[in-house]
Amino acid sequence: MTEKESQVQAIGPKAYIVVWLCLLALTATTVTVARLHLTAYAVIASIFIATAKAALVVTFFMHLRREPWILKIMLFLALLALTLIVLLTFSDVWIRYK
Amino acid sequence: MVMDNEAAMKAPVSFYGEEGRFKGIFSWIFSTNHKRIGIMYLVAILTFFSIGVILGILMRINLISPGKFISERTYNSLFTIHGVIQIFLFIIPGIPASLGNFFLPILIGSRDVAFPRINLMSWWFYMIGGAIVILSIFTGGGAPDTGWTFYAPYSIRTTANVSLALVGVIFLGFSSIFTGLNFITTIHRLRAPGMTFFRMPLFCWSLYATAWTQVLATPVLAITLLLIILERAFAIGFFEPTLGGDPILYEHMFWIYSHPAVYIMILPAMGIVTEIFPVFAKRTIFGYKAIAFSSLSIAFFGYLVWGHHMFTSGMSDTARVIFSLITFMVAVPTGVKVFNWIATLYKGSIQLDSPLIYSLTFIFLFSIAGLSGLIIGTLSLNLYLHGTYFIVGHFHYTMFGGAGFGFFAGLHYWYPKMTGRMYNEKTAKIAWLTIFIGFNILYFTMFILGLEGMPRRYFQYQPQFRTNHIISTVGSWILAAGLILMFGNFIRSLFRGEKAPMNPWGGKTLEWTIPSPPPAENFEKIPVIEHGPYKYE
Ligand code: HEM
Ligand SMILES: [Cu+2]
Repeated sequence: MTEKESQVQAIGPKAYIVVWLCLLALTATTVTVARLHLTAYAVIASIFIATAKAALVVTFFMHLRREPWILKIMLFLALLALTLIVLLTFSDVWIRYK
Repeated sequence: MVMDNEAAMKAPVSFYGEEGRFKGIFSWIFSTNHKRIGIMYLVAILTFFSIGVILGILMRINLISPGKFISERTYNSLFTIHGVIQIFLFIIPGIPASLGNFFLPILIGSRDVAFPRINLMSWWFYMIGGAIVILSIFTGGGAPDTGWTFYAPYSIRTTANVSLALVGVIFLGFSSIFTGLNFITTIHRLRAPGMTFFRMPLFCWSLYATAWTQVLATPVLAITLLLIILERAFAIGFFEPTLGGDPILYEHMFWIYSHPAVYIMILPAMGIVTEIFPVFAKRTIFGYKAIAFSSLSIAFFGYLVWGHHMFTSGMSDTARVIFSLITFMVAVPTGVKVFNWIATLYKGSIQLDSPLIYSLTFIFLFSIAGLSGLIIGTLSLNLYLHGTYFIVGHFHYTMFGGAGFGFFAGLHYWYPKMTGRMYNEKTAKIAWLTIFIGFNILYFTMFILGLEGMPRRYFQYQPQFRTNHIISTVGSWILAAGLILMFGNFIRSLFRGEKAPMNPWGGKTLEWTIPSPPPAENFEKIPVIEHGPYKYE
């Protein structure tokens, strides 16, 4: 675990700034999408954008990139579980109100 | 023995004698030592368990002769508070916060958990939450009467003291999240050198899977209950149909937490019996990786089956069929575990002491629970059995027969290590037999009552159910007698028990390499691990 950790080089300030700009751009996208009156699809779009933002934060700001593989897998599984939960709940509400 | 005594003489003082910043009671309630916190949790949890049992027995007494001792309203509050206590104050924190806190760091060769202060805060949150729940019984509009599930819209409309109880439960939820966070970090960061993931004792794997569930699912509960509080205070209309809300959405959100929560209850118990079988059969565990991964996959699939609680709630048909199907899939990893346990015992040299007896009982009762679970997981059968005593029988077999008996197994197994004393083995066996008989009389009858159509949460019933209700109540008295005997044995042995050696059962995991009770920092020198945990051949 430790041997590999030290090999990966540190994330530099440049990367942080790029990530930050991406986050800003994604926030702007969220606002734009909300104004397009896409009804239910707006929810899906917002969730996707929020997920992308969270992924950026976790990977770079929280250094997931440099963590051992097992932690990455566990976080991925956690995210997958939450996605499936949201999908199942939404699909039921969707079908009932259609 | 001679070796043990020598080691004990050289050993540093146990954590009970540790000199800290504080004295007396404060040396406990402000301690950040994981073993002290584990013991404090244990005492608190077992106290709440006893209160819950007393409430259960009161309900059973009412059911001999409805109305003679207790009013309708009181009965509704009794099953609500009984459920809230047994779920949120006993069985969910149960094993992880007490035995897990005490043993997880030791089992992976660490001196403490990763965040000792958060650990202490978790205990405080637990006590505050417990106090608030108890307070809610005696204040405001009277004890909550919604059932432990707090279903909308009734929980929004009732004048009983629901909001306060919900605040208490939210505190308990956070205490559970803290424990989970702590365990995940501890397992990732504080394993001894050489202790790879696949050399960890399997109890640690089960706590690991549990911890992820605690961290991911519990926030959903907190937010859901918060919404109910807001709805009660400001009539917003999340769940109240007259305000345009969706009560089925409440059920979704509630069970998104509460089904995974049953894995928070059962996984640690499975972990405990997985520790016990190899030691008492003197054999290496069969299928280490299969057991480890089945814990993870139970936790994972456990997220996707909550809808089986809502088959009759008006959910869409598509969702009902999907949920019934996935429910069947969770049975597979559970079966994997059971077969591995049995295979571990096969051709072992069995030493039939109380930890093993409780573990075997765990398999027996949990199999009944699981198989009855498949019955009610079947969509068509569920429509008939939903809301009957069949359900009450099923979940008592799961939570009490499964998680509860796993807990008892762990208490017997680790009692010598925690206290430095041995309990009386003969008394322990008599207590087990009494508990086992009482348990089955009390709860198996409920399966029959349910099949005959007796609805749950009813204060009153048709005359044809009377005989079975009386049998069931008699069972509850036998069970209570057994529990008193078991706890009496533990308490008496604290003072009168023989001194426990370092390794009374011949275990191979790390806790048996340090004195009983362990010194404050567990290990003088952090051990270097060179092989898996159950090396018997
Ligand atoms: C001697 C011990 C116990 C007795 C006599 C007992 C008895 C009962 C009875 C009579 C009911 C109500 C049935 C109804 O009217 O619907 C009930 C409900 C319940 N019990 Fe127990 N029980 C005991 C222990 C436990 C334990 C250890 C747990 C959990 C680990 C537990 C969890 C529950 C839950 C969750 C409910 C449902 C409450 C509700 O409907 O909202 N019980 N129990
Ligand atoms: Cu469930």
